[in-house]
Amino acid sequence: MKRKVYSDIDAVVADVPDGARIMFGGFGGAGFPNNLIAALARKGTKDIVAISNNCGTRDGELGLLFKLNRIRHVIASFPGPHSNHFQERFTAKEVTLELVPQGILCERMRAAAAGLLGFYTTVGVGTEVAVGKEERTIDGKRAILEMPIHADFAFIKAQKADELGNLTYRLAAQNFNPIMAMAAKATIVEVEEIVPIGAIDPESVMTPAIFVHRIVQAKGIRYAG
Amino acid sequence: MPAKPRLTREQIAQRAARELPDGGYVNLGWGIPNLIAEYLPPGVTVYFHSENGILGMGPRAKPGEEDYDLVDAMKVPVTLVPGAAFFHQADAHLMTRGGHLDVAVLGGFQVSEKGDLANWKIPGAKGSGAIGGAMDIAAGTKTLIVCMEHTTKEGLPKIVRECTYPLTGLACVTTIVTDLAVIDVKPGGLMLREVAPHWAPAEVQALTGAKLSAPNDVQEMDLS
Repeated sequence: MKRKVYSDIDAVVADVPDGARIMFGGFGGAGFPNNLIAALARKGTKDIVAISNNCGTRDGELGLLFKLNRIRHVIASFPGPHSNHFQERFTAKEVTLELVPQGILCERMRAAAAGLLGFYTTVGVGTEVAVGKEERTIDGKRAILEMPIHADFAFIKAQKADELGNLTYRLAAQNFNPIMAMAAKATIVEVEEIVPIGAIDPESVMTPAIFVHRIVQAKGIRYAG
Repeated sequence: MPAKPRLTREQIAQRAARELPDGGYVNLGWGIPNLIAEYLPPGVTVYFHSENGILGMGPRAKPGEEDYDLVDAMKVPVTLVPGAAFFHQADAHLMTRGGHLDVAVLGGFQVSEKGDLANWKIPGAKGSGAIGGAMDIAAGTKTLIVCMEHTTKEGLPKIVRECTYPLTGLACVTTIVTDLAVIDVKPGGLMLREVAPHWAPAEVQALTGAKLSAPNDVQEMDLS
């Protein structure tokens, strides 16, 4: 059986190519894969299409990759009041942005995870996010068609993994992580703690191992920005 | 003649807090709404929802007791009340969009006479803008209260016939609480329910960009 646990955080991102589409978990400082982001920055992958709720907090979180100009397009909901590196690149037209309502961002990823080809929603009807989207009326309500968001990789953060990849999260640090884990072709998780198979009570598993492909112990950055 | 006093941001929050139902599930947005939790009337219990996956948020964490895995949507370390629960972001917005919350309170730049809301981008402002959870909340929440100043810094009405700022949602606002009035959005238009102390309905109408229906029994806000 292929082992999912990597001891070297640089090895775990070594094959992430230029132009990769990558989902990054985290919200409000909690649940960001900051050590994976730092490893990706060291590797030098560029022209990334990033999918993330926000666009970094100063030099932290995705701020590091915007500072280094490694992201060419970002799909986000709330770039954030301290996303200064992103805003500079955006103003200079070095990065493009698709702004998506936060819950629709979740559902578009979940559609990709679930093998759905799209869905209709009332969210965003009559607003800028509806521009160019198919509209129809369902049950007397105006609705727009939203398409799945796929990714090559998900970079996520969890509290604990067993060696098979079953995950648990701490407090409000799950946020986007369980959804992204399901939506990407290859999910890489950094965790606080790795335990033997069977050491997580099956009733407590929050992301089942089928969605997790690589596991590495987070060392160093817990919260950034 | 000095300008008549208007409500402070805290007083707007205090008045809006009285709209929250006992036992209700409530989401509070950025700005004035974030002040509301401080002003719940005695005996009223509300379960606060945060779109990063919390029901049952308590007050901000005390200095020295912060845990940065337990933050609200504004990134502020918070506490929990007994009975709280965590879940992921998709379920958090399933609650907003699916009509499971009782009330949401958002800030606003403009509200139209049909209850359209604009609250995420100022035309011509620098930068990218940011939507966050506001469009999901606007589309799905049963009762949407908007808290805002009645006029802009330049004195222009924020309650208008048609929004000119980028929209957040169509016909989504239930009630507007401002520093001058409480106004309900009804199928026939805007209905003035209360005015700020010492303000007359005609004076509020003069600072409003849409027609307000004013029944004879318009009350003065009780801020005691």
